[in-house]
Amino acid sequence: MIRIQNLSKVFDGPVPVTALNQIDLHVQQGDIFGIIGMSGAGKSTLLRCIALLERPSSGSITVDGVELSSVTGRELIRLRRQIGVIFQGYHLLMQRTVAQNVAFPLELLKTPKREIEARVKELLEMVGLSDKTGAYPAQLSGGQKQRVAIARALANSPKILLCDEPTSALDSLTTKSILDLLQNINRQLGVTIIIITHEIGVVKAICHKVGVIDSSAMVEQGPVKEVFASPQSPITRLLLGQMEEKEGGASQC
Amino acid sequence: MLGNLSELSLMLLEGLGGSLYMTFAATFFAYVLGLPLGVLMVVTSPSSIMPAKKTHAALGWVINIGRSIPFIILMVALIPFTRFIVGKGTGPTAAIVPLVVAAAPFVARMVETSLEELDPGVVEAARTMGATNWQIIWKVFLPESIPSLIRGGSITTITLIGYSAMAGAIGAGGLGDIAIRFGYYRYQDDVMICTIVVLVILVQVIQSIFNLVAKKIDKRSKTD
Repeated sequence: MIRIQNLSKVFDGPVPVTALNQIDLHVQQGDIFGIIGMSGAGKSTLLRCIALLERPSSGSITVDGVELSSVTGRELIRLRRQIGVIFQGYHLLMQRTVAQNVAFPLELLKTPKREIEARVKELLEMVGLSDKTGAYPAQLSGGQKQRVAIARALANSPKILLCDEPTSALDSLTTKSILDLLQNINRQLGVTIIIITHEIGVVKAICHKVGVIDSSAMVEQGPVKEVFASPQSPITRLLLGQMEEKEGGASQC
Repeated sequence: MLGNLSELSLMLLEGLGGSLYMTFAATFFAYVLGLPLGVLMVVTSPSSIMPAKKTHAALGWVINIGRSIPFIILMVALIPFTRFIVGKGTGPTAAIVPLVVAAAPFVARMVETSLEELDPGVVEAARTMGATNWQIIWKVFLPESIPSLIRGGSITTITLIGYSAMAGAIGAGGLGDIAIRFGYYRYQDDVMICTIVVLVILVQVIQSIFNLVAKKIDKRSKTD
């Protein structure tokens, strides 16, 4: 479904910075694909390229055979609508209610009011926020805000949902409930999900496949079980080791 | 000394009317010009939605030039232009022309500051949803910045009260005119003090109204 080949991104400047170096990635329809790496490894740039927010310096990204890296203007805007994105910082509109936030992407398409109302109701039911329709984001908890963001990202019924550190600002219990929600969305709606994260727990909890990014390059990818059972790269071992230490520490107390 | 108290209050009331007329009309037209300028400044900045380095720099220059000319000089220099626009060089309506020219760049900067407070992530989220630049301006930048824009509006209005009082010096009428004619030229301290009291009350009232509206309208302060 999503095929990335030889993708590189270099940021121009007095000292050019290579954020992505010859990335190859293949995500199949219905996958929950985790992309893990340390901060600064380039994973967010990769997500921004898939979300059509950043133009790759070279290489190709295709979604269902459509090349994304060269589109411009109206076509770019049309393609963006087919990919939902959620962020660590939620990025909700603070002056709009929960329902108005979810309605926003539909308003952009000039959807009739009645249709918007019905769709918003349906989406808020799905994320479990039917009772918060009229609330403002400032009145919500972090987990609730992320649910609103998820509902908003799904408003246009995208085939792909990109998640940029979706749970990194949340406590462990809320993290679990958000990951459960993402898993349900994947199973019930068949939405292909890509999750960018630095938390190996997230990958272990819901991802089918994982790609490990280190120093701008994809060092390892495959089914989660295989990669974690016999990690090939030092960075994967390090990420796994970190978690074992954490677990060990937790059991000691 | 003036004949009696009612004569003084009548004069002050008339002056207040003149000042309010100049201030609000000038504020309105300053926003008509300054708001789009400020928006243009923000959206053309290098990291924003329509980066345009040269336009951004040129606009910045124009705004800075407008803001560097002392108002009293601008007022005199603009007299021919004012005559061309409103048909006369003196009086409250004529004063509105230089007031707008002086305030528009000021408004542009206020608007720019308000819009820049917005989290860039929110704009980026709107882009991922396929918002056009026009939609981002109308549906994200402006509505999300309204509380801040209103607070900026109070600063603009109050600054213009000060400017309009200065315009009184060249015969624009209003409270500034009264303060200068009676208080300064005729040494009538009582008239001057009364004028100042009216101005102080005016500023307090305007500030309070703007604060109240901004607070009422801002959904970020709703916590219950």
